[in-house]
Amino acid sequence: MSTDDCLSLENVTVAYRGRTALDAVTMAVPHGGQVAIVGPNGAGKSTLFKALVGLLPLRAGRIELRDRAPGTQAQPIAYVPQREEVDWTFPVTVSDVVMMGRYGRLGWLRRPRAADRELVADCLDELGMADFAGRPVGDLSGGQQQRVFLARALAQEPHVLLLDEPFSGVDVGAKEALLDILERLRRRGITVLVSTHDLQTASQRFELVALLNGRLIAYGPPPEVFTAEHIGTAFGGHALFLEGMMVIDECGTGEVAGGQHRRDHERDVGDA
Amino acid sequence: MIHWLTEPFTLQFMQRALAASLIVGVVCSVLGCFVVLRAMAFLGDALAHAVLPGVAIAYLLGANILAGALVAALVVAAGIGLFSRRGAVKEDTAIGILFAAALALGVVLISTVRSYATDLTHILFGNVLGVSPGDLWLTGALAVGVLATILLLYKELLLASFDPVLAHTLGRRPELLRFVMLVLLALTVVVSLQTVGVGLVAAMLVTPAATAYLLTRRLSSMMALAAVIGAASSVTGLYVSYYLNVASGAAVVLTATAAFLVAFVAAPGRGVLARRAAMRRAA
Repeated sequence: MSTDDCLSLENVTVAYRGRTALDAVTMAVPHGGQVAIVGPNGAGKSTLFKALVGLLPLRAGRIELRDRAPGTQAQPIAYVPQREEVDWTFPVTVSDVVMMGRYGRLGWLRRPRAADRELVADCLDELGMADFAGRPVGDLSGGQQQRVFLARALAQEPHVLLLDEPFSGVDVGAKEALLDILERLRRRGITVLVSTHDLQTASQRFELVALLNGRLIAYGPPPEVFTAEHIGTAFGGHALFLEGMMVIDECGTGEVAGGQHRRDHERDVGDA
Repeated sequence: MIHWLTEPFTLQFMQRALAASLIVGVVCSVLGCFVVLRAMAFLGDALAHAVLPGVAIAYLLGANILAGALVAALVVAAGIGLFSRRGAVKEDTAIGILFAAALALGVVLISTVRSYATDLTHILFGNVLGVSPGDLWLTGALAVGVLATILLLYKELLLASFDPVLAHTLGRRPELLRFVMLVLLALTVVVSLQTVGVGLVAAMLVTPAATAYLLTRRLSSMMALAAVIGAASSVTGLYVSYYLNVASGAAVVLTATAAFLVAFVAAPGRGVLARRAAMRRAA
């Protein structure tokens, strides 16, 4: 690998619940690069993120962040979980949540200092959430909750930001707002990995795409990744090609009654 | 009126009962906030019942009952921690087996003594009027230890309760904090043994904290309010017990339950009335 790479994975193999969920994934992400991770349900997108933040052990292979193992440095990988994984009824305010991003640097038993509070205010300001600082997180809309978690990730001052399915369950306005934020992060040189089902956004708004299904099927600029061959390998029978359009059926991971795949919801449309 | 309020506490054993009840009301309620938010109520109840054999053995050996309970509680906390980390069965199953077995063992041990019925009643439902000065000191020391630990680890416990994944990625060892929670829970159960007994300690852990949850929107204020509710329930319960001549532990728990019911109906925002009004506005 070259020293221009921020994050590099070599032969990364991860087992989840006794089954190999990721098999020998090798890829390198340049500094400030933004990668969309796509693939069918159960392709190992979340597993990849959990391995990157050290929640799942590697069975084989190596992950390097700026040429070192991720656990050995102060500037970590910040992970923004899927919205469904958070308990929104928990009694915490917006600024409480963002302050949690500082805990890693505070150490055990230490109270937040003025500098930490300032940074928290800056992060909230950057995401347009300053007016909500004292509000309970449960009172916010889905898009606002997501921005709070992004602010928390920024408060960690990370080298790498992982966003798990940030586009699902938010409206078009919130999605565009998030893409604007990603654009600003690009200018600040923060490396971003985004897992998504939204192939269209992946192909149109990201410079790099990684297509995953247990193993890395393709990785590179969208036109090189979104070929009929690669899509066919990743999605198998769930991909349908119609006059330059591609329709992917994400419901039929198992067969429905009558042996027919449902195609009526959760379709992803991308350029073939 | 003032005489009516001060009369019960002219007696020394009633003063000790008041002090012990206040300590239990505050400690249970503050720790209870984490019990409620982490859905550990069943675990707390199980831990309470599981101290019974320790109490019984101490009693039979003529040792200090609180010390026996403390040892048993710590052993059980460690056992549950081990079970739930790499158990072959689901956690609530493991807890269910462990606590029923411990309770049975405790009853078997106590039933070998002739004054079985009275002793068992005191352990199960507390005997706050029998708190000795020595008991009060031990209770106070344990309570200070538990509250100081919660205060020192406040931000770690908050993080691990709200977002164990972030806690892990920041190197905050959520599984270690979970074990700390278990030990704190065990100590609190021991502190509560004489006032409300093993049968009702779960109520003191859960009810004031749940009441405070309905009335606040931030963990720090939830803990402060829970402490006030717990202390107020303890004092009110003692008066009820004195003047109506009923069991004190049960009176304290029923007072706390009454406070919860009021909050459940009338709490702004989360109460039944407020939610119904919000639905009517939305309709």
